[in-house]
Amino acid sequence: MFKKDLGLLLLILVVGATVALINERFLLPVNIANTANQVGLFGLFAIGQAFVIITGGIELSSGSMIALLGVLLIDMIVNLDVHWLLAIAIVVGAGLALGAIHGLLVTRMHLQPFVVTLCGLLIYRGVARYYTKDATAGFGFGESFPTLEWLTTARAFGIVPHSVIALFIVTVVMGVVLHRSVFGRYLFAVGKNEEAARYSGINSNRIIVAAYIICGGLTALSAIFFAMYTRSISPASHGNFYELYAIAAAVLGGCSLRGGEGSIVGVVLGTILLQVLQNLVNLLGIPSSLNFAVMGTVILIGVLADQQFSQYRQHRAAAHGRPRAAGASVAEAAE
Amino acid sequence: MADPFLELINVSKTYPGVVALDDVSLSVSHGEVVGLVGENGAGKSTLMKILGGVIAPTSGVVHVDGVERRSLTVKDAIAAGIAFVHQELNLFDNLDVAANVFIGREPLFAGPLKLIDRKKLRREVQPFLDRLGVDFKPDTLVSDMSIAQRQLLEIAKALSLNSRLVIMDEPTSSLTLSETERLMKVIAGLKSEGISVIFISHRLNELMECADRVVVLRDGRVVGELGRGRIGHDAMIRLMIGRDLKSLYTPPAAPPGDRALEIVDVETSAWPGCTVSLDLRHGEILGLAGLVGSGRTELARAVFGVDRLLGGAIRLNGEPLAISTPREAIDRGIYLIPEDRKRSGLLLDVSIAANISLPDLASYSRARLVATRSEADNAEKQKRKLGIRAPSVATEVASLSGGNQQKVVLAKWLSMAPRVLIFDEPTRGIDVGAKNEIYEMLRVLADSGVAILMISSDMEEVIGVSDRIAVMHEGRISGFLDRKDFSEHNVLQLAVGNRVN
Repeated sequence: MFKKDLGLLLLILVVGATVALINERFLLPVNIANTANQVGLFGLFAIGQAFVIITGGIELSSGSMIALLGVLLIDMIVNLDVHWLLAIAIVVGAGLALGAIHGLLVTRMHLQPFVVTLCGLLIYRGVARYYTKDATAGFGFGESFPTLEWLTTARAFGIVPHSVIALFIVTVVMGVVLHRSVFGRYLFAVGKNEEAARYSGINSNRIIVAAYIICGGLTALSAIFFAMYTRSISPASHGNFYELYAIAAAVLGGCSLRGGEGSIVGVVLGTILLQVLQNLVNLLGIPSSLNFAVMGTVILIGVLADQQFSQYRQHRAAAHGRPRAAGASVAEAAE
Repeated sequence: MADPFLELINVSKTYPGVVALDDVSLSVSHGEVVGLVGENGAGKSTLMKILGGVIAPTSGVVHVDGVERRSLTVKDAIAAGIAFVHQELNLFDNLDVAANVFIGREPLFAGPLKLIDRKKLRREVQPFLDRLGVDFKPDTLVSDMSIAQRQLLEIAKALSLNSRLVIMDEPTSSLTLSETERLMKVIAGLKSEGISVIFISHRLNELMECADRVVVLRDGRVVGELGRGRIGHDAMIRLMIGRDLKSLYTPPAAPPGDRALEIVDVETSAWPGCTVSLDLRHGEILGLAGLVGSGRTELARAVFGVDRLLGGAIRLNGEPLAISTPREAIDRGIYLIPEDRKRSGLLLDVSIAANISLPDLASYSRARLVATRSEADNAEKQKRKLGIRAPSVATEVASLSGGNQQKVVLAKWLSMAPRVLIFDEPTRGIDVGAKNEIYEMLRVLADSGVAILMISSDMEEVIGVSDRIAVMHEGRISGFLDRKDFSEHNVLQLAVGNRVN
């Protein structure tokens, strides 16, 4: 897994160096800080996505959820005079609750994750638009919430965006949870082989629900950052396709959509690569309409290369031979 | 009689270390019903695979219609008119009867679009259904059909392929009495049309009813043939057994202790309406024998909390248990070593150490974080104790041999405090050396007071390792045997549902 992360880092460096050679503005502190801010915003919910993907599931409603929770937040603090701390708590609580509902529908009702979260995607988008009567929700002229704004959009030392610091903290905490904790071990076990996990006494349903809850919570957190960053939300377009960025980041970062594989560092690196590509499109003067096409091509190449590489490794492992294991399976076949 | 339709002459099949078939000769004439019997692992499946063209014999020849061949391919087998009705039916249950019969050979409308002519399809299927006298129509959905109906559908499919030999692998194992009766009539009908049948069954009564001849396999050899008049229970069972069993038995250090696990009137989903009761004592190895499908695995799964109990009660050391998840069983010291270790026992591409710690991860963690050091230390200890042959405990279990994989499963549970261990086919797919090591381990565990229930289809193992044997037949315990009554004959009699005096 570590090797995979290293490969991705190498890819980022190569792409970055190429862009820097062609256009030196890439390395300007302003540009790096802006790109880093985007990485922070997208990284937060991409990590949540990774937890769900490791269970073998998928979360398609992230973008709609970011829009819904965003308009909710702005409406509460601007129009309803809810204290911003309470508003944040409500938004995060709502994210956790939506995650829990997804998880319960998947485990208790045996619905497919794709279906559950696709419905979420449609429902939350519709509710967000209805809630604001399709109008843009935003801060009025001169309205300001200094502490909340400082928390979410200020830059430490004048240069490091707070979203990056938030992502760093979340990365460390979630990295420990995923790679060091008992829960993380269970999560991988359930994703790899749910039946064997069950036979080892793991309550797989609870683990899966927890993954969706974590995803919902992190999505809510990033919804707050997005809302404060854009300062105005048009509910029909805010967050469109964001779930695909998260899925792409997770896949680039080594998560298998079959479940049981993935690393937090990988997901963050995947997010970085996607944002560097966005930046590349802007800086190299590529028509921005080609944005998605560039991204899709690079992901395809990256995943293809990874596939070839792991096949090569498997061939090599097989060539080194496991005569005993092979003998045993033949004996089984003979029965 | 004319030349036989099919003849196997001196056919052998060997795998490294295993002789699956040894110099088998078998002939089937036109319109003949040949019964094939033998214990689990006697070589029936291998023989069928050779006839179906799935595997090639190591030596020997096959004659089809008098033409000599070294081996058959799947295509040859189909072209020769050999059709199978498998135990696990190969049907598409999302399609209807007609679509299943003509799958891959659908009549098409003329034209480049290759659209299926559904009317013609149904019209062409009807005669085959009429021949069998079935009670379903060409447009009945397979998912709405009973198992008996599905079997008849498989036979209809065989007829549509102009089959001249239909091989039925335990077709009656899940049929009711009246359905079985109807199948017997169908077989008689096939026979009168000159179609041959090979009928594999554990139900000796049915063989007596429909077979012209019964061939008995044991340890990969044909050990006897019984003609029409000589087919009888005792004769068949006498042929099926009769090898010398190596003595594996080590007596327990002390007589068995108190009752550990009591299973009282337990009913499982595999055989609803049938109840099982048995007691398991501390320090004893109770073998649970029976034919495949008799409900033993389901019993184990129910006790371990994987499946829900339909009825009955389970007690541990006299205390009633309500187990609805494996966790609850594990917390009480009841552990299961499952039949299919790759599917249910192990995380294959995960390290030995992480596999061993999985059911008891809390013990290897501080503040909910896994202490990899103590995890590895314990794995190292188990590796030494059980003799797991692997470069290190960080090795992925997928790269280990079957025997070493099984030891890893065992190490999971031995790292904790077992009271009751349920082994489901503990040595399936394991080489002889590792087998003996596992048998020794079983005895050491039993002597330390653990109660052991060992489900096994391997006669040598059941008789050689158990202190007592319970035999299951069609969802019920058909009898218990004490050590002095152990014999292959007795186990087999009980396994096919007969009594033992």
